[in-house]
Amino acid sequence: MTLESVIFSVLAASAVGSALLVVTRRNPVMSALYLIVNFFCLAGLYLTLHAQFIAIIQILVYAGAIMVLFVFVIMLLNLGDERKLSDGVSWKKIVAAGFCAALLMEFVYILIYSEPSPAVMSASMATEIGTVEYIGSQLFTKFLFPFEITSLILTAAIVGAIVLAKRKLD
Amino acid sequence: MIPFWIILLKIVVVLGVLMTAAALVTFLERRISAFIQNRIGPNRVGPQGLFQIMADLVKLVMKEDIVPTAANKTVHDIAPMISISIALCTFAVIPFGNTIELFGYQVKLIIADVNIGILFILAMTSMGVYGVSLAGWSSNNKYSLLGGLRSSAQLISYELAMGLSIIGVLMVAESLRLDQIVMHQTRYLVGWLPAWNLFVQPLGFVIFFVAAFAETNRLPFDLPEAEPELVGGYHTEYSGMKFGLFMFAEYANMITSSALITTLFLGGWHIPFSENWGVSPLVMSLLQVLAFCVKVSIVVFFFIMVRWTIPRFRYDQLMNLGWKVLLPLSIANVLGTGLAILLISS
Amino acid sequence: MLTEFGKILIFFILGAVFVAGGLITSWILRPNRPYPEKNRPYECGEEPVGNAWVRFNVRFYVIALIFLIFDVEVVVLFPWALVYRQLGLFAFVEMAVFLLILIVGFAYVWVKGDLDWDKPKPVVPQVNRPMQTIQEPVVKNEPVAT
Repeated sequence: MTLESVIFSVLAASAVGSALLVVTRRNPVMSALYLIVNFFCLAGLYLTLHAQFIAIIQILVYAGAIMVLFVFVIMLLNLGDERKLSDGVSWKKIVAAGFCAALLMEFVYILIYSEPSPAVMSASMATEIGTVEYIGSQLFTKFLFPFEITSLILTAAIVGAIVLAKRKLD
Repeated sequence: MIPFWIILLKIVVVLGVLMTAAALVTFLERRISAFIQNRIGPNRVGPQGLFQIMADLVKLVMKEDIVPTAANKTVHDIAPMISISIALCTFAVIPFGNTIELFGYQVKLIIADVNIGILFILAMTSMGVYGVSLAGWSSNNKYSLLGGLRSSAQLISYELAMGLSIIGVLMVAESLRLDQIVMHQTRYLVGWLPAWNLFVQPLGFVIFFVAAFAETNRLPFDLPEAEPELVGGYHTEYSGMKFGLFMFAEYANMITSSALITTLFLGGWHIPFSENWGVSPLVMSLLQVLAFCVKVSIVVFFFIMVRWTIPRFRYDQLMNLGWKVLLPLSIANVLGTGLAILLISS
Repeated sequence: MLTEFGKILIFFILGAVFVAGGLITSWILRPNRPYPEKNRPYECGEEPVGNAWVRFNVRFYVIALIFLIFDVEVVVLFPWALVYRQLGLFAFVEMAVFLLILIVGFAYVWVKGDLDWDKPKPVVPQVNRPMQTIQEPVVKNEPVAT
């Protein structure tokens, strides 16, 4: 085993482990903490693929902004008391389990029957493609339209967030 | 290829210096504040009271660790560790000198020369929210919760202004590497003015400086622990070594912020007009490290001075400053820098 | 070969060892004598009333939402800043459009008052009795005869 595959195994194992802990912890704050750990493992995995920008985004936006929102919501709704959360088997859980099983089957099918795509990138190109400079040069020329659309989506998100929060408040 | 032991040596030395410096600054703050307020300050233990640091350390280690019965014990333990690891980690990408000839190797005076240095620092800073908000929440104390909440809202608000003020610097230097940003500042404008970003990006400098105060929870913005109204804020229920970690993290953060301000805006390790001094490369490298330390000390001293000079903001003033003044200003700074670059290059 | 991120990891681990050293020493040396009164939440000596985990103002949540959106904007600006010189005016225009659309959203939040926090409204003490109008003695600056 090379060093790279050792690093990959460790990161992948801790990602799966922390993901399992997210769904098994009773305390929502602990779940949120394990989700942050999970994001860090994913960021590490991106780093092994030389995708530095994505790795940083994973931490900066997901762990640093979205999870802050999660933690705020947990505190806002006072979910800290875990006893309130325990309920018996409901139809929601059964439906969710059904969907999860379907998704799992799909993954298994893909893993078994799909052809692995041949490597189209050379090693040097793979290192270059993840850099911030490369993403910049692509995003602001080739993918300009999607980029500009993003700003519209973000603005819509701001307005939507305010309207929803206001309605809850009144 | 630099051997592993040199890298390890570098890491141990930097960690040692950083920790000693953080401890020293806690002491300096007490002496300087005493001087400003016309008091004496700690001066009994050792020469000029210098051993007070050791005495305090022993005190913190020997203190009982009190955790409220209703608190969430695990999170209560984790929170200070998050704070301290972030405070230490950030320093790993800051260049504290150029290269130095050591045991026949050209050693770069930076621990990890990652090509996304500044983004790494921002990512680490964004994690700082968890230390305070979780500490505040887990204590199950009303003061702590309020302090933690205020602090989280403050940190995220000023993080935006901080990130945006860096953009201007990046547009000038065209690199995310901190050593490249320093290199770019070693030139001269109009022949005699060092091209420090302080002169190139004055507005960005002011915004970053203000945001750095807010990010380190230092006084004009120390709402999270506003003593008269919130006792100790998020660390009300912390005692002993865990409180010590929070304290230590605050001062380590202050040093890291000062180092970052030095690197981004004050020319890093560069000594203006030293190119034609004609000293040997080794002496030059050492002088540059010294210059870096002096610049950082000046900024740290400024941090301390401000704390004991300016009164605390009110919370609505704080949020107004962050969202309604600094954020629009920093967006204007980005666009203005863009225009200026276009005008100069055409 | 050790990558640059590997060095950060070593730095982090060594730092953690230092910190853990402090915590473990403290754990061995410190006394542990808890009793219920000591472990009560600190409220300046008063008996704590109710639980501290209460619902708090929704405004914090709104601030976190707006932060999330602007954080994405800042992240997009980083690659832009790096290629700005190469793309020139083109890059400036496209970012100006991007920012303009976002500023509209920002202006919406501002106008709707979601960035405003409660200001203290000090009550000025009022006196019922009408104030007596006091005749101010008028001092005239007459030229001093010399």
